[in-house]
Amino acid sequence: MVKKELLKVTGLKQYFPIKGGLMGRTVNHVKAVDDISFTIHEGETVSIVGESGCGKSTTGRAILRLEEPTEGSVVFNGDELTTLSKREMRTHRKDLQIIFQDPYASINPRQTVADVLDEAMTIQKILPAKQRRKRIIELLETVGLNEYQADRYPHEFSGGQRQRIGIARALSVDPKLIICDEAVSALDVSIQAQVLNLLEELQEEFNLTYLFISHDLGVVRHISDRVIVMYLGKIVEIGDKYSIFENAKHPYTKALLSAIPVPDPKAVKKHIVLKGDVPSPIDPPAGCRFHTRCPFAQDKCKVDVPELIVHEGMREGHQAACHFVEEIENGTLQAAEFEETFFG
Amino acid sequence: MVQQSPVAGTIRKPVNPRVESYKNLWRRLRKNKAAVVGGLLILVFLVAGIIGPYLTTQDPNLPQISIKLQGPSAEHWFGTDNYGRDIFTRIIHGMGITMTVGFFSVALGGIIGVFLGIVSGYYGGKLDTVIMRIMDILLAFPGILLALAIVSVLGGSLTNLIIAVGVFSVPAFARIVRGSTLSVRRLEYIDAVKALGASDARIIFKHILPNVMSPIIVQLTLRIATAVLTASGLSFLGLGAPPPTPEWGAMLSEGRAYMQQAPHLVLFPGLMIVLFVLAFNIFGDGLRDALDPKMNK
Repeated sequence: MVKKELLKVTGLKQYFPIKGGLMGRTVNHVKAVDDISFTIHEGETVSIVGESGCGKSTTGRAILRLEEPTEGSVVFNGDELTTLSKREMRTHRKDLQIIFQDPYASINPRQTVADVLDEAMTIQKILPAKQRRKRIIELLETVGLNEYQADRYPHEFSGGQRQRIGIARALSVDPKLIICDEAVSALDVSIQAQVLNLLEELQEEFNLTYLFISHDLGVVRHISDRVIVMYLGKIVEIGDKYSIFENAKHPYTKALLSAIPVPDPKAVKKHIVLKGDVPSPIDPPAGCRFHTRCPFAQDKCKVDVPELIVHEGMREGHQAACHFVEEIENGTLQAAEFEETFFG
Repeated sequence: MVQQSPVAGTIRKPVNPRVESYKNLWRRLRKNKAAVVGGLLILVFLVAGIIGPYLTTQDPNLPQISIKLQGPSAEHWFGTDNYGRDIFTRIIHGMGITMTVGFFSVALGGIIGVFLGIVSGYYGGKLDTVIMRIMDILLAFPGILLALAIVSVLGGSLTNLIIAVGVFSVPAFARIVRGSTLSVRRLEYIDAVKALGASDARIIFKHILPNVMSPIIVQLTLRIATAVLTASGLSFLGLGAPPPTPEWGAMLSEGRAYMQQAPHLVLFPGLMIVLFVLAFNIFGDGLRDALDPKMNK
């Protein structure tokens, strides 16, 4: 089955300059996203996971050009977005929407729900003004809110309800792709489930494609078709949900997965504790960026940047960026100073 | 999916946060005695400035040398000046001038300053650097000196006085608004409307400006006091409204020569300037505390 490519990101880089000195010269860069490439097909949900500061949100913002990417190409539905003028980009924004993390900061406190949705439709000229009210009510009902709430202000809603308003706003312009930037992270677990289910329902109903950015592996496992694992601005592993969660190859992914809490107090689980902190993205380590914390790191890792490739024993589309995937798998390479803790 | 069922009778009227915040503001402002006094004084000045000139029976500019330099009396409440003009009448007529200068110069400085501040904070980068360095240069001048320079280039008249004092108010507004814009710009709802394809003008006027309004309002009030003081200072130096305009600073200047024999010539205009500036200052301070309860103390 060949699915249609909806979004193709190639060699995307997002460097933020660090200004210093009297004249405000650029002294250095924060390399938030450093040369990443991936594809999203129509109708699927692709997640980006990683620790804070690994560049997952920045990737989302760069695709939408909320921050102009430093380098690279973003092809959406056949159109190159990065070279469009600001004006041309505005018309394309209809197809790509975003849902934010903080439901308290993502709605202008001075607008009613109806104002918010009406403005979205005004900007993209979705419907003539007279027919918008009907559509606003429809949208509210679609996301599980009621008509009588249309003229209320954001402060009269709970966090979960506000997130629904954010979803309604994104839906109001009939997008093809929605970037969910930590869309449920700020919500209670029970509300998270409701919003996730809503997102899944909407995906079916409107044939949406999601780029789901999260640090919550449980949520990612629930919603994704494919998963991208990022570390310090680079993709370390990419694959379908099964490959990542059941057959992870990269030492970082393994460590990340071992951190998922298991809701069984008797379960014995190997917990891989990584040493130290994530290095600064201003001066990322040479070679493999993970070598400073990797229990398998060899001399080669400090020099050569590993490529994201399919290794032996990996399914098609499952790629990992590690020099020693085979050696780690067959046991010829032992973990040095592997810190293991056992629970149970 | 959990839906809230609208139980009969529970459908509340939506609470407009703007109206609500005005109510809160009024509640807090009322508690501040000084601010209430300041506000009432401003109200009195406003009424006196607008309808006062129609109620006074005497001509503010008609010299009556026969009654010059008389002290306060029942007929001339604040006495007469060196030309025999009624000082009370002149002060009432000067009220309008003072307020015109205060309001218009601050409006001028406010509009330019707010615009520069928002543009600077929103776009950032080189534009921001250029605008803010120019503001720094303006701020580096002592205010009165800057206004003095402008008036001496443009010539002394009421309009030029307003322009001079206006220009000197620009940097204060620009800096405050830039700061607030920087913090509002980073909020997610700005990104949300940007992602919807909103133009910069829409973002600036519909989403940033309304959310940086409260520091602007406070600054407007406080700036009026400064503007009036500067304008009076310039008139005192003879660079403001030309005589015989009953501008308070000019009256002060004229009366200076007679300070020994007839102190009421300088006392009353001086007192009025003090009261006017004080009223706006304490009201502005109260407004600031009321708008930002966290900053209290």
